[in-house]
Amino acid sequence: MSRKSKRAKAAQIRETMAAEGASVRENTRGFNQGRYDTVADLENYEELKDEARRIKEDAIERLPELIDQLTETIEANGGTVYLAEDEADANEYIASLVESDETVVKSKSMTTEEIEVNEHLEAEGANVVETDLGEWVLQVADEAPSHLVAPAIHKSRESIAELFREQFDPDRPLDTPEDLTAFASEYLADAFENADVGMTGANFLTADSGSMMLVTSEGNARKTVTATDRHVAVAGVEKIVPSVEDLQPFVELIGRSGTGQDITAYISLLTPPVETATFGEDELEGSDDRDFHLVLIDNGRMAMREDEQLRETLYCIRCSACANTCANFQQVGGHEFGGETYTGGIAGGWETGVHGLDSSEEFVDLCTGCSRCVEACPVGIDIPWINTVVRDRINRGAEDHSYDFLVDGLTPDAEEGGMSLQKRFFGNFVTVAKLGSLFAPVSNRLASFGPNRWIAERLLGVDQRRDMPQFSRETLKKWASERDGPADPDREVVFMADTYTNYMHVERGKAAIRALEALNVDVEVADVTESGRAALSQGMVATATRHGERVADELLPHVEDGRDVVIVEPSDLAMLRDDYGRLLDAETYEQLSENSYEILEYVYGLLENGADADALRDGNGTEIAYHGHCQQRTLGLAAHTEAVLEELGYDLVTSDVECCGMAGSFGFKQQYYDVSMAVGEELREQFSTPEAEGRTIVASGTSCHDQLTDLMKQDVPHPIELVAP
Amino acid sequence: MATTAGDATVNQFTAALEELDVGWTLTTTDELPGELERFPEPIVGVPFPFEDVSLPESIPRAERSDGVKAASTGVTAATLGIVEYGSVVVESKPPETEPVSLYADTHVAVVRLEDIVDSMSDAFAELGPRLRETGGNAIIATGPSATADMGALVRGVHGPSDVHVVIVK
Repeated sequence: MSRKSKRAKAAQIRETMAAEGASVRENTRGFNQGRYDTVADLENYEELKDEARRIKEDAIERLPELIDQLTETIEANGGTVYLAEDEADANEYIASLVESDETVVKSKSMTTEEIEVNEHLEAEGANVVETDLGEWVLQVADEAPSHLVAPAIHKSRESIAELFREQFDPDRPLDTPEDLTAFASEYLADAFENADVGMTGANFLTADSGSMMLVTSEGNARKTVTATDRHVAVAGVEKIVPSVEDLQPFVELIGRSGTGQDITAYISLLTPPVETATFGEDELEGSDDRDFHLVLIDNGRMAMREDEQLRETLYCIRCSACANTCANFQQVGGHEFGGETYTGGIAGGWETGVHGLDSSEEFVDLCTGCSRCVEACPVGIDIPWINTVVRDRINRGAEDHSYDFLVDGLTPDAEEGGMSLQKRFFGNFVTVAKLGSLFAPVSNRLASFGPNRWIAERLLGVDQRRDMPQFSRETLKKWASERDGPADPDREVVFMADTYTNYMHVERGKAAIRALEALNVDVEVADVTESGRAALSQGMVATATRHGERVADELLPHVEDGRDVVIVEPSDLAMLRDDYGRLLDAETYEQLSENSYEILEYVYGLLENGADADALRDGNGTEIAYHGHCQQRTLGLAAHTEAVLEELGYDLVTSDVECCGMAGSFGFKQQYYDVSMAVGEELREQFSTPEAEGRTIVASGTSCHDQLTDLMKQDVPHPIELVAP
Repeated sequence: MATTAGDATVNQFTAALEELDVGWTLTTTDELPGELERFPEPIVGVPFPFEDVSLPESIPRAERSDGVKAASTGVTAATLGIVEYGSVVVESKPPETEPVSLYADTHVAVVRLEDIVDSMSDAFAELGPRLRETGGNAIIATGPSATADMGALVRGVHGPSDVHVVIVK
């Protein structure tokens, strides 16, 4: 992305946030909280997720066989099945089922959005009416869906009322949600009355019975099928599961995961051609003449199935949990965080698979890899990884090499191609940090110096409004090398000081070492600092892998000598615990993963195993406000920090936002500065309530520290700095 | 059939219905006509696919298209009740069941006590063989039709705004 387009992108995002942000924010947060509340009531939530995942893995593995079985079953029942290779193929077939002057009523279907069937049928002279209220609003407004489940989530009640006034000039005022709903359902009742063809999607298809499952709340899908005697169902091939019983975990998970409802009003299980009576001229008529066509869409899906990295996308049940839980999505919505059709984190996989990398490139950097969506996803898709792979592919395909020579010296990466300078700069930050530390404090003055900031913004897209990190002249490694550890230690650890802790936020590293030594642990500081997190977040998979290999070379001998690995920065720990599973061989990954600990997780373990808490600093009721790190929460480790702080007598309040908004380099980038600050604003509000105001703010992540320091205008230490002697 | 007939089942099922703001009545075959006749007219019904419980003679049958569309109350059988969710399963047997349960303002679902199961798993253990062997439709209906697309939760969009479950002992 060029400088000009970075500025244009920033302006575009600002405009969307101003127009749509408030509605999106309110609704997605409501859904997200609803998810937390409703899954908490489910005793076997984790088992259901595992079961759902297993069913999808198996179904995609056996997909060709299931397509055949489903086709045979439906055809034996008297329906037809058409396997469409791509959009054009699907549209041509669907158009052959509809006469040019006929009316088609539709229930909501993202797959029909993907193939743009409405436009195609309308061009052929048919009248297409969306009957889901949200979809109908968008059809009237001529806008695209901004959310997988609630397509008009970006529109407020006021803007819908205004739209209806303009378009329909209603003879009564339409102000309340009840008025608007009644007006829409009356209008659509006429459409159902005149409809010739009913078109639906399908949330699931069962190969054994030839049934489809539709998940709705309004009842429009039921009416779409009942009111017409020609039913066209359009579904991606990935919607097939082997049997009816396989639907059960999805029925229990889909409403909870998406809109935070235990179950939606109607789960329709239809085995077409359906037996349902329809409305004859005078009397209800039997079901003998019903006509059914299932259009199964490939459109890139069979290739995704063969693509080791994109295959997981096909497990997606399109519940929208990944969008609702995403701090960035909550601010910008699907018109920014989405491609041609699909929205939210999982859109990176869908758009790449069905529309290509160009569609994903527009939005995929809005995924910061914070990982909050992974635990929200009912089938456990590693969405951040898919987006990393997508970024990597975009990087490799990029062609603008014009300024490469300027950054080459600073960026000894393993990437091919001409990826953006901004990505190379942030992805290779360890090199910058080393030099910065070596030349501090001169480098700090230079980095903050106006003209250099201007160059950084022009060339690298580093937003001028951000404070540059300050390099420390003395690295943590140097400081630690001059210390004597405990004479007779109970345990030995190797401390991996991440790039920030070693070169910039040295105080947190010193505190970690003092705390460990006070608990009679011998600490050796590792030579390696960079886990590869910075590179991975820019989609530089090869560079991240190279860093991972160095970390393994350095740390494994320590592990073999019986030392535990301790890390301060959660995003780097997450590399060892989680991401290295994708980058390194299985045995290396397992050894690193099983033997690495977050600093307060380790302290918690020491105290649990009899270490003397008196060796640490007593809280004495000190009032603090704590913000855990996104990846730390996904790893399940925020609780350990909270437990240690409470045991030591601190008076604690905690934030409950999904992410601070800084997310590594994201908040430094010119095009995303406003999104980052909008996400951070939530955190600022939470820490400005009467309960939280005036407390010492502590945060576990480096990014969270930077963001909170900017937002709260106060120093934000790591919790270890409080408890270390 | 996997049922847990008895007071505990009724208590849990009706508690779930109340949480959904769904009305309920516990009655006997003898009292069923009176229980159904009190719902708002015009009222239409569909014969039940049960041997031991029938749609009372006093309830007009759904025959005419305009009669079904204009009905205030639609009475159908529900072939399963699901305690965990307060759901009823409405199957397309006979074929008029779907339009009658969908177009009326109030849907009255009549479920036999012995057809009430505990969990979604239990319901699918019943539905799997039925859909495989005889096809057809099954709607798992939970509470009234609803939308939040117009800025707040509104009941009764394309389906009934009120649901009442009649449990027959």
